[in-house]
Amino acid sequence: MSEVPAALKYSQEHEWVRLEDDGSVVVGITDHAQEALGELVYVEQPENGILLARGDACVVIESVKAASDVYAPISGELTEANGALADAPELVNQSPYEDGWLVRIYPSSPAELDELMDADAYVQFVAESAA
Amino acid sequence: MPEKTPLYECHVAAGARIVDFGGWDMPLHYGSQIEEHHAVRTAAGIFDVSHMTVVDVAGTDAKAYLRRLLANDVGKLGVPGKGLYSCMLDASGGVVDDLIVYRRDAGEFRVVVNAATRAADLAWMNDVAADFDVTVAERAELMMLAIQGPQATERAAPLLPAAIRGRALDLDAFASVADGDWFVARTGYTGEDGWEIIVAAESGCALWAAASAAGIRPCGLGARDTLRLEAGLALYGQDMDRDVSPLVSALGWTVAWEPADRAFIGRDALERERARGPEEKLVGLVLEDRGIMRHGQRVTTESGDGQVTSGGFSPTMQRSIALARVPADATGTCRVQIRNDKRSAKIVRPPFVRNGDVLVEI
Repeated sequence: MSEVPAALKYSQEHEWVRLEDDGSVVVGITDHAQEALGELVYVEQPENGILLARGDACVVIESVKAASDVYAPISGELTEANGALADAPELVNQSPYEDGWLVRIYPSSPAELDELMDADAYVQFVAESAA
Repeated sequence: MPEKTPLYECHVAAGARIVDFGGWDMPLHYGSQIEEHHAVRTAAGIFDVSHMTVVDVAGTDAKAYLRRLLANDVGKLGVPGKGLYSCMLDASGGVVDDLIVYRRDAGEFRVVVNAATRAADLAWMNDVAADFDVTVAERAELMMLAIQGPQATERAAPLLPAAIRGRALDLDAFASVADGDWFVARTGYTGEDGWEIIVAAESGCALWAAASAAGIRPCGLGARDTLRLEAGLALYGQDMDRDVSPLVSALGWTVAWEPADRAFIGRDALERERARGPEEKLVGLVLEDRGIMRHGQRVTTESGDGQVTSGGFSPTMQRSIALARVPADATGTCRVQIRNDKRSAKIVRPPFVRNGDVLVEI
């Protein structure tokens, strides 16, 4: 089983969300997602300042196999993208929950956070998807 | 249920991610496709390619049959053991499949065709065989391994039977040697030196295990695809199919026009296309901007539009490369439609990489 940190929230699109002290959230893809995608070779960096509705495609990640959209798990303003991924997309594979984070979003509807899954629910969601 | 090669359990035990490829459960990678790719460019890797279809052609008319069936000419195979690459065409010059054919002893030939096209190929070969005194026999009981890389033959030679080892090391490119169950050819699909070995299942499984133990890295179909793309080698079903001819697929060199009276299937259509001048060509692209080119993306040139036929990330060049079909007089740079953006790419002549060296300017 892949790693699923207890402190994070999860979307059905296999993104994780971490609430920061300043009210922003950091978003990445889960260990399960990176393993399914295969080795990443390119991350299309989004522009800072764009406004996202929940479900909008906000990052394109390209693996050795294919291109995939990452969808905003929460509405808000994209305030930062992980610049390290421009030259080292493999960080997403090596460290999906730390160095391989994708974007920071300042939520416009913080209540949406409550609609995401906790770690236990996500583990169950992955297990049911595989069945 | 997909078919399984005799090595399926070995792949699973070695940690392979298994995917369905042309009706076969095959290893995509064993953890890192990119490291497997580099292993073949710098040392040696072993691929299970037992999904490929091996067909033996025998009988009085075997040579005459293949000279009718194939666009390249088996008449060039001067001595037993020699092999050549060819397309098998339909009457309109479309590519039914690409293959390698070897001349064997006693007037027999061995043909290796693709897995995904197996049923169509066998039906086609049998149809054409009706007019000849030949037998066309699939050898489904045999398996096939490719050992590739600059150290491939040196590392694998001790693992071959003594009776064949010396002759295998002495083989020229596209030549083969056989002994009992073993058939070893100096061919491959990676742009590196190496062997392709066709052998009975028991011996093949033992060879795979011995090769892994000897440090020859097991490699999956993922690395096979990026290696062949860097080597500029066309993939059937992606870079060419029945809708296009070899002349627009950078495979004109494989068509044997001489002798002019050899009436191979598709010749008339190809002669007409050659006289008109082919309207398109298959070229290499190197992406100058960031991003990854993929199959099916539109290419815009000053001479008109084209399409990416194979695209991806080159682990050796650390950027995106592609094969693309474009108007015949397109040169210089072009634009590739990657999602919502047009990105700049340079038109080059493949191969991109051969024997470990990058051959195009970047």
